[in-house]
Parts: sequence; structure tokens; C-alpha cells
Amino acid sequence: MTPPMTCVTRSDSPATDMLQRLLTSALIAGAAAGLIAALLQLVFVQPVLLHAELYEGGERTHFAAASEHDHGHGEEAAPDEGEAPAEAPAAEAAGHDHADAGEIPGIGFDAPRDGLSVLFSIMVYAGYGLILVAAIALAENAGHRVTARQGLLWGLAGYIAVQLAPAVGLSPELPGMAAADINARAVWWVATVIASAVGLWLIAFGKGWGAWILAIVLLAAPHVIGAPHPHEFTGPTPPELAAQFAGRALGVGLAVWALLGLFAASLWSRGRTA
Amino acid sequence: MSTLTRADGTVSVSLANIVIVALVGAALVFVAGLAQSETLHDAAHDVRHAVGFPCH
Repeated sequence: MTPPMTCVTRSDSPATDMLQRLLTSALIAGAAAGLIAALLQLVFVQPVLLHAELYEGGERTHFAAASEHDHGHGEEAAPDEGEAPAEAPAAEAAGHDHADAGEIPGIGFDAPRDGLSVLFSIMVYAGYGLILVAAIALAENAGHRVTARQGLLWGLAGYIAVQLAPAVGLSPELPGMAAADINARAVWWVATVIASAVGLWLIAFGKGWGAWILAIVLLAAPHVIGAPHPHEFTGPTPPELAAQFAGRALGVGLAVWALLGLFAASLWSRGRTA
Repeated sequence: MSTLTRADGTVSVSLANIVIVALVGAALVFVAGLAQSETLHDAAHDVRHAVGFPCH
């Protein structure tokens, strides 16, 4: 007689289980979002970036950047307003064909270069996914149940903190754009992301006016202080391209963050019922 | 111990686990987006621009 089969699943300590659940939901959501981000980047953003590199490398020249140093670009009129997130211009290809050389890059796939982009895109969004799931777990600890649908809100908040708020000061950069010292910009970027994230958290979960006023201060402070900018804007890239790039980068970011939030929260809440 | 499912379905996760996960995430974002190593910068270049990190 053989004894009836018993299936024994070895269960680790609850703490390890929970760590595993946090990691798997975050990494799967992040990898999926990163893959979609890479795809959208290659279709919508990369062609603009490659186009700009033609100006950066000198294959093409923008009429204003070539020699006219007394052109209005160097003046610092309205320092903050000029860097607000730009909208993609309606005229897509018109107006770029002065002093041109070579074709305008289209959608393509350069295996080594774009392969690395796919890899790093997954890495970035896996990182964001981990932070997002950690924040969701923190909210649940405080008694706020997070459903899959609310993941959309979490994703939008993440987008505001990580892409939109920094873009108000430092709009997504096209290669060749004139910019201030990289370390100063990185410090401002990190500080803005942290301040905006904490501010949004306080708006969502803070109780009372004290928390909300602090939230407004945190959200506004980076922009009142102002992002580091160069004294002169003398980059070789046409403003039309830069505006198109900023609009597309922000649009793609919004789509990807909405998905990241949905994926992360639905995987997280699925793990809860399992 | 550190896992506790409450009546309303919310789960309590230990703070240590939350911090570990957030730190791993921040490390990934730093390496991919912000680290100034030449090799990393070149490899991640297009993503850094597309995602809006300060680059160059």
C-alpha cells in the first residue's frame, strides 16, 4: 500500500514571503512597462533624437546657431517661463530643411544601440516599479487599501514626481542642447523628485491643513528656487526639434507611468488574495 | 511575524522590507539614469534623454 500523496509546500518565513511578493510584483510590472517604454521610445522619440544628433555633430546646421551670436537666444528674458514643458509643434517636418544634409532619420532599429536602450529602459522602470510598490506597501501599512484601479492614480502621481515636475525646470534634453553643469542639474533633479513625491504623498494621505500647506511648499519650492541653467542658450539644435522632443518624451512618459501604476497595483493586489 | 492580513484586506509589511525594496529600486534608477561613468552614460544615453534625466 502506498500512502496517499501529500503535497507539502515549504513556506519560508512570512517576512521572506512578503519580500518576494514585493519584488516579484514590482519587477514584473517594471519590466513590462520598461519594454513598452522602449517600444514607444523607438517609434516616437528616437527619430527626433537622431535628427538632433545631425545638428549636434554638424551634419546639419540650424540657421540661427551658425554665426549669429547676437541673435535673441543668448538673452535671459523670462528665465523660468521659457523652460516650461513644451508642446509638440503642429508643423512636424516643415521648416527644418534649410542648410540640410542627409535624410531625416525615420523609425528604424540599430541592434546594438537600440538593444541597449531596451535593456536600460527595463532597468529604469524596474527601479521605478520597486520604489512604487514600496510606496504602495507603505500606504497599506497605514491602512489605505490599494486596488488595481487605484494603481492608475499611483502611476500618474509617479509620473508627476519623476517626469513632469523635473521637466518644468529642466525640460527633456535633446542632444546638443546647451545646459548647465551636469552635477548641479542632477542634484536639482533628485531634490525635485523627492520633494514632489513627498508633497504628493502628503496631499493624498496627509491629514489637516498643516500637511497640505507643507505639500504645496514642497511641490513649489524646486521651481521657486529654480533649476540650474546656462547663462547663454547657444546649442546647435533647432527649437522646433527640441519642442517636439520634449512633447513626445513627456507624452510617452505619461503613457508608461499610467501602465506601470496599473501593472504594479494589480500584481500587488493579486498577490494579496492568492 | 511581519505579515499580517487585516480584516479589510490590507496587508502589513515590515518597514525593513519596504526600505530594502525602495533602496534596490533607487540603486537601479541611479545606475541607469544618473551615474556619470563614461561607459554607463554611453550605453544608457538614449534612454536617459528619452526619460528626461539630466544627461551630458
